[in-house]
Amino acid sequence: MENENKEDKQEFQKFTLDGYTYKTLLTKKWLSHKSYVEKDPGKIHSFIPGTILKVFVKDGQKVKKGEQLLILEAMKMHNIITAPMAGKIKKLYVSTAERVANKHLLIEIEPDEIVESSKSKKIKIKRK
Amino acid sequence: MSLKQKTLDLKKRMQEALQGGGAQAIEKQVAMGKKTARERIIALLDPNSFHEYDLFVEHSAKDFDMEKKILPGDGVITGTGTISGYPVCIFAQDFTVAGGSLGFMHARKITKIMDHAIKLKIPLIGINDSGGARIQEGVNSLAGYGDIFYRNTLASGVIPQISVILGPCAGGAVYSPALTDFVFVVDKISKMFITGPEVIKTVLGEEISMEALGGARVQSEVTGNAHFFAESEEECFDQIKKLVSFIPWNNTKKAETFPKKTPNTKAYKIKDIFPTDPTQPYDVRNVIRSMVDNSEFFEVQELFARNIVIGFARLNGQTIGFVANQPLVLAGVLDVDSSDKAARFIRYCDAFNIPLVTLVDLPGYLPGVDQEHAGVIRHGAKILYSYSEATVPKITIILRKAYGGGYIAMCSRHLKADFVFAWPTAEIAVMGPEGAANIIFRSEIAAAENPEEMRKQKVKEYKKKFANPYVAAAYGYIDAVIDPNESRKFLIHSIDVSSHKDEARPLKKHGIPPF
Repeated sequence: MENENKEDKQEFQKFTLDGYTYKTLLTKKWLSHKSYVEKDPGKIHSFIPGTILKVFVKDGQKVKKGEQLLILEAMKMHNIITAPMAGKIKKLYVSTAERVANKHLLIEIEPDEIVESSKSKKIKIKRK
Repeated sequence: MSLKQKTLDLKKRMQEALQGGGAQAIEKQVAMGKKTARERIIALLDPNSFHEYDLFVEHSAKDFDMEKKILPGDGVITGTGTISGYPVCIFAQDFTVAGGSLGFMHARKITKIMDHAIKLKIPLIGINDSGGARIQEGVNSLAGYGDIFYRNTLASGVIPQISVILGPCAGGAVYSPALTDFVFVVDKISKMFITGPEVIKTVLGEEISMEALGGARVQSEVTGNAHFFAESEEECFDQIKKLVSFIPWNNTKKAETFPKKTPNTKAYKIKDIFPTDPTQPYDVRNVIRSMVDNSEFFEVQELFARNIVIGFARLNGQTIGFVANQPLVLAGVLDVDSSDKAARFIRYCDAFNIPLVTLVDLPGYLPGVDQEHAGVIRHGAKILYSYSEATVPKITIILRKAYGGGYIAMCSRHLKADFVFAWPTAEIAVMGPEGAANIIFRSEIAAAENPEEMRKQKVKEYKKKFANPYVAAAYGYIDAVIDPNESRKFLIHSIDVSSHKDEARPLKKHGIPPF
């Protein structure tokens, strides 16, 4: 085929797996993959691109778990974003009528209790 | 009226209908670098073999002054013909007629020719070039799409279905090609997407061109929606003609047998194209070429998930489906995309009685958070499923590495391969020597005066003992360790002796593959 891939022109690179170091070509997908960053439960991101229709809270305001924070309109649907835990609004990153992309940081909450990361979370089972 | 007059009247009517959208619209089509629908059919089929039906079909829309409009053939051309003598049913959307938009009668013409193809048990080729649903026809155009999807599904695995995207194919319309077996695209002409750049811009504020969103290159390289990429319509038609020569008419037949040809073993000498050191790269396609008729390998999805290679070739004139790890790219690992690519191809070959040959050389599955989170468990399982499910002759050659889960997945004896061969360079083990030695000799390494020295020594010992094909051969998991230069001989013989293979499966409505 005439259209040689870009990767063909690139030099062989080292790729280590299971103790062996292979000489091979790396794909664009592999080279552009992002490293994993652990989620901060206090940071609330948009789960869909859309528009901020209404904001119910202010910086510094105390919120209860499940309290309405804002409405994110996307695909003609009014999505109500609620507080995942009780805490204080540390910072509001968006304002009414603002258009946001997916995974955009909307609000940061300072939790009342320190929420441990999922790794070290202890699960208590209560027995009746 | 005399017969002559009646015939003249017919000719006149035909002449009008054959003009499609008229000179101006045709000019526009040509200016876009595209052939007209009728030109495409003629270029693809054998000369004078095309017979058109439903030329006089008229659209049935009554709202929005549509009743005053005449749309010749309602924007789609349907008929039968032959490709290299093979009968096919074909439809081609005519972009010059109302932008090839799909209305009720347009869809009826397509479903009619689809029903024909299913009944006649011959391949169906669809040439897509359409602006989408004909909005004036409302729910009727939605109904039309649904009727097409339903038939695509019924025909799946019964007759070969080929989609050729020669223009826009957007919105719901693009699900018809997605349901078919092979999708052909042409650079700068094909555009496929569910929501186009305009919708994306209004809803999300993201700007992207049609080409970058769903052009031919994107569909071939990134999404894997397309199977064949061509620079021009002519090249695309040549690819279709070639594909048709490799596949059978329907699922009750075998692909046509061609005259035997020997491979070019001078150009593809194993000792020159194959490094024995498992860390060195090589192009596994050359190994395929060293074994098959005329060294001719017709690759499918060449640009997508290049760490696995799939495609057709012939052994003694008979079509074979090849699946091979590609050490040239990402050391040949299995990942989400390569699993999807291989699994679908295996199912295709199984559905259409095409024996499978698997060449194994992989270090295992690709590690990474993104792979795990993208569902490599679910996607990787598709390979296990499709190999286990397949009842066509299954022959495996292990070339070099076959470690852990990768060894099992690549059509091992345990997934009921009929014949498993290994080259003397094969290394079959539960995991790479390095990792295995670290686990097995953990305490010895830790207790040693010089742990690093001890570790190295233990790895060496493990390699010597287990990094070979003979341990697996001792258990009968491998039928024969063979001289690489005799691979073709072994393949041909095993295909020959499996030609009447009949393997029963438990009765069921259908399985539940990990989609």
